[in-house]
Amino acid sequence: MLNYVLSRLLTFIPTFIGVTLISFAFIRVLPGDPIIVMAGERGLTKERYAELEAQFGFDRPIYTQFWEYLTGVMQGDLGNSFVTKRPVWDEFFTLFPATLELSACAMIFAVVLGLPAGVIAAVNRGKFFDRALMSTALIGYSMPIFWWALLLIIVFSGNLQWTPVSGRISLVYYFQDATGFMLIDSLASGQKGAFASAVSHLVLPTIVLGTIPLAVIARQTRSAMLEVLGEDYIRTARAKGLSPGRINGIHALRNALIPVITVIGLSVGTLLAGAILTETIFSWPGIGKWMVDSIFRRDYPVVQGGLLLIAVMVMVVNLTVDMLYGVINPKIRKR
Amino acid sequence: MSDTVATEIEEIAERPGRLREFWFYFRENRGAVIGLWIFAVFAFLALFGPWIAPHDATAQFREATLQPPFWQDGGNLTYPLGTDPLGRDMLSRLIVGARFSFFVGVVVVSIAASGGILVGLLAGFAPKWLDAIIMRIMDIILAFPSLLLALVLVAILGPSLTNAMIAIAIVLQPHYVRLTRASVLSELQKDYVTSARVAGAGLFRMMFVTVLPNCLAPIIVQAALSFSTAILDAAALGFLGMGAQPPTPEWGTMLAEAREFILRAWWVVTFPGLAILVTVLAINLMGDGLRDALDPKLKRS
Repeated sequence: MLNYVLSRLLTFIPTFIGVTLISFAFIRVLPGDPIIVMAGERGLTKERYAELEAQFGFDRPIYTQFWEYLTGVMQGDLGNSFVTKRPVWDEFFTLFPATLELSACAMIFAVVLGLPAGVIAAVNRGKFFDRALMSTALIGYSMPIFWWALLLIIVFSGNLQWTPVSGRISLVYYFQDATGFMLIDSLASGQKGAFASAVSHLVLPTIVLGTIPLAVIARQTRSAMLEVLGEDYIRTARAKGLSPGRINGIHALRNALIPVITVIGLSVGTLLAGAILTETIFSWPGIGKWMVDSIFRRDYPVVQGGLLLIAVMVMVVNLTVDMLYGVINPKIRKR
Repeated sequence: MSDTVATEIEEIAERPGRLREFWFYFRENRGAVIGLWIFAVFAFLALFGPWIAPHDATAQFREATLQPPFWQDGGNLTYPLGTDPLGRDMLSRLIVGARFSFFVGVVVVSIAASGGILVGLLAGFAPKWLDAIIMRIMDIILAFPSLLLALVLVAILGPSLTNAMIAIAIVLQPHYVRLTRASVLSELQKDYVTSARVAGAGLFRMMFVTVLPNCLAPIIVQAALSFSTAILDAAALGFLGMGAQPPTPEWGTMLAEAREFILRAWWVVTFPGLAILVTVLAINLMGDGLRDALDPKLKRS
């Protein structure tokens, strides 16, 4: 087991350095001089230009620059935003809870609906329920989620007036965010209606972001269940006279969960990519919207730092999933 | 020498049978056949769209802005699916828009698949250290969420449909590399490869003639699936303003332009998205059928 963990960690390090290298390269392969871009319309004197060049280290050899960037990254220094002048690191972690809250709700939505859907489809293989559920899953899987978001807004915010169109909470409520998670903060504030407002803001983005993971989980659960249901120990369980509920729910689902857990872990990247679109459409103040806004504002340190932090996060999650997988399934460790 | 000629003759004799077998299994899957038909219509529109469309896709009929579809009050059959805020015919724009999505799919899959297969073959045949380097580079690309990386690449290259296609192709390529490498490694264990090597086949012959044809099945399935991913991602980039630029009638760009009218004119938002959904759905249905037909493990199981 230790060998397995070590070998995983060893492949992590070069990938981490590579990811850093890519985000380091980003600001340097942009067309145009980043300092000129930063200065904007006003222009710069020669002295000021040289001063800034020295400040950002652009006058030093490229490998020294990379080394300094790498050591900076290890200490949590990702530079300051051109626009707000605040450290990128601080901005990222101020906005991160919003994305985490949305992603977590979307994942819960996807798992809570996707697992039973997959199990029901597998148990009724080839029958009406199976076909209906899997057709729906395929539609969800093919869905352009930015369009799905607009449709939901038309129906639920426009025609029915049930949910608000954007933001995290109605502007009439104001309180200090203690945790950054709106559901917890609004509940803790004790203001009447604040929690309900937060929930109603969260519903549509959750559905939109959760749709593709939901479809993937349902399809994956079904195929994993079908595989497991053909195993000998299921026949044994049937022969022992166990109830179908017990066989499907305990004997089969438990073993079918292993590939499903992997899929759940690996969809973190999908969720973050989806968050870019979802947050932009619903004006959700999280990482995805922050990245898109920064790209449009040409706020390069933010794009660079955000890219790196997001990639590292995806890598850490994938590494964790790999290791968990090794814990659950001893066969994997042997390789 | 006579050996290879014999295998070639055998292969030629076998070809029609193999194709028929493929069609036999593909036809079993009703969804796949429906998908194929929709895809055929889509391809037809992509090729002949401008000649089929009732109006010019960029012509603005100022007297008829935001007209609803014909079955609603105020709509008429001149503009069957209504008009957009600038008075352009929705149906014509949707028909002409098919070619952009189709083009994106074809170009992205060609670049990503050919590059990915080459690199994957190389990794599979290369010494261990080179293989490790190639796979780490692919890991690095895969660490970034695909849409984010494409978005940043487009920000560097400048927003346009061409750059969006390049970005998406780069992002999709590692999947082909991994898939090809994995198939190559499992094929290399087999006896026919050893016999080809003993017969004195050179490296290139081994790569492209001996091994590659046997790795193609999963790659073809992946190609179908990434065709739909490419269309979705290009539409998403267009929607974010980083893909095709207005007035190009690309479906994602059309959605972006329609966004502010979403509560006033449902049709300008609904139809372009529906076009994307139906196309992607058809391709995914086909992809499922291809997988069932090509994957020997799933056949008749």
